[in-house]
Amino acid sequence: MKKFFQHTGVAAPMIRANVDTDAIIPSREMKRVSKLGLGEGLFAGWRYREIGGRDVAPDFVLNQVQYTGTSIILSGPNFGCGSSREHAVWALAEYGVRVVVAPSFGAIFANNCIRNGLLPLVLDEASIEEIAIWVAQDPSHNQILIDLPKQALCAVDKCYGFAIDAGAKRMLVEGLDAIDLTQTRWDVIEEFHRQRQASRPWLYGG
Amino acid sequence: MAQTLFDKLWQEHLVEEQGDSTDLIYIDRIFLHERTGSIALSSLQADERHVFYPDHVFCCMDHIVDTYPDRSDDTTMPSGRDFIVATRQGAQQAGLTLFDLNDPRQGIVHVVSPEQGIVQPGVSLVCPDSHTCTQGAFGALAWGIGSSEAEHALVTKTLRVKKPKTMRVMFEGKLPAGVAAKDMILFLIAKHGAGGGSGYAVEFAGAAVADLCMEGRMTLCNMAVEFSAFTGLIAPDCKTVDYLHGRPYSPAGALWDEAVSYWGQLPTDKDALFDREILIDCGDIAPQVTWGTSPEQVMAIGGRVPAAGGGEPAGAAISRALAYMDLQPGDYIAGQPIDCAFIGSCTNARISDLRLAANVLRGKKVKPGLRAICVPGSMQVKAQAEAEGLDQVFIDAGFEWRASGCSMCFFAGGEHFGFEQRVMSTTNRNFESRQGPQTRTHLASPATVAASAVTGVITDPREMV
Repeated sequence: MKKFFQHTGVAAPMIRANVDTDAIIPSREMKRVSKLGLGEGLFAGWRYREIGGRDVAPDFVLNQVQYTGTSIILSGPNFGCGSSREHAVWALAEYGVRVVVAPSFGAIFANNCIRNGLLPLVLDEASIEEIAIWVAQDPSHNQILIDLPKQALCAVDKCYGFAIDAGAKRMLVEGLDAIDLTQTRWDVIEEFHRQRQASRPWLYGG
Repeated sequence: MAQTLFDKLWQEHLVEEQGDSTDLIYIDRIFLHERTGSIALSSLQADERHVFYPDHVFCCMDHIVDTYPDRSDDTTMPSGRDFIVATRQGAQQAGLTLFDLNDPRQGIVHVVSPEQGIVQPGVSLVCPDSHTCTQGAFGALAWGIGSSEAEHALVTKTLRVKKPKTMRVMFEGKLPAGVAAKDMILFLIAKHGAGGGSGYAVEFAGAAVADLCMEGRMTLCNMAVEFSAFTGLIAPDCKTVDYLHGRPYSPAGALWDEAVSYWGQLPTDKDALFDREILIDCGDIAPQVTWGTSPEQVMAIGGRVPAAGGGEPAGAAISRALAYMDLQPGDYIAGQPIDCAFIGSCTNARISDLRLAANVLRGKKVKPGLRAICVPGSMQVKAQAEAEGLDQVFIDAGFEWRASGCSMCFFAGGEHFGFEQRVMSTTNRNFESRQGPQTRTHLASPATVAASAVTGVITDPREMV
């Protein structure tokens, strides 16, 4: 998986609470048994004039010329709540998004981000608001820098520190595949499995 | 040391700590469905990875199957066949148990699993579906995951998880007549927000939870994800044991006694501490109905929708939701005319839900011109309802009586409610365009939806019975 050290890019403010995964990628846009081909459906309900259409809605932030090349989204609390569909993350990734900054995230969505090399970055609401105002003044010029090893987001005229779980940080920075990593613990897992068969036999058709 | 139910479940499945804030957790049961399971199974095949223990993996066809009587792999949803066929082939190739389209056990994953006795107290169970928390009602460690994590669980029988904090929500007192589990969970979300449970595993307890039947408990836990909780769970008791006795996958004989004895050790110890506690007096709960586009935008049925106002983001969120829902600030929610009524989904399509709705509908007709649909949660629920004559109550009232599936809980490109139609729904999400293009969904209990179907306007069910 793609490693995540530093990223600098155009940020698009989408400051609203509870942006759900149905909004990020509507179910009707998940047309194939594939992780690909989803970028076009990203935010389809807001991005296009009509359901199922591709006629762009000019007011939607990602359709505005100054936000061309957006790779960072600034949003409100509980971003990615709702459905577990990993398609939401695949759609964001295919569009070119690498970081979502929000005060909190839906738990499944945040895990899906980590598994796909996207950074769900938690920052307080007031700081996000401050950054969003600065970005909107000149989006293509006022880009944001994110340094994951240093856990710093630099915007306006300062750097904001952010917290991240050590496990999530490690997965992103080292670009690790979770299955490969877990398989290094195979002996321990097999032993646990054997013991559980003995201690809870009714779970094994015994 | 005194432990909570959740702590006991976590410890029971802890393979080892990883030293980086994550724990390796052993997974007892994995469910897949054709919508997100298909991609997990295809991806495993492409990566030449194998399912470690196929006996513990179960697949359901529920998300995009049609619910017409003569349904086949060719779905109303364009390309639905691809998802169904990929899941079937993947399941057969990996040797998984499949509850296929024409299987009499077919149904919505979170209805089928309890019905078959696959979820049990003390198990860990995951599914790439956010409503997996439903099954926490059995005192199981059950939660929703993504497709990549599903692959991880299939291959390693473990997941790498950060242990959430613990919260207990005590529903004390007695539920008033006409008020149901759906109203309890919506009331909680109204009070504490759609993000209120973020970072917590939430145990539901108290007298009103003890009073609920297992199906009501599932409704309560089902919407823990709408509270942004890691999961919801309820301690097993004699109702749990009675429910599971004799089910196809339940233990039998001497192992049943051994299992029941273990289950008895699971409830939260008397002096156990939670990171957060919330107390709710159920006497205060009226039937709830959502007015906006998030489950937190919900109110007692007798009230008025909030006035917009204030600055960003709260005021703007209210204005946006009211505009989308075509409601005016200060409108009474009761009395709003509706176009459709939907009874179904993993939240409220079990036999007790259908009985509650049928009690309201018996001898009545839905408002002429209103489209009303009932989709039982499983083919077994459907058969049971038919044995009790409930199907005739629904049909005589003017409801469509369908085969099982997730149906119009969401719009996947196939069947849906009409443009901008107002739908009273027993489902769990009132997101924009969730049930069709620009549909205006109001979430409520089966009784409230049934009462509203009869009058054609949003109606307090206590006025009908």
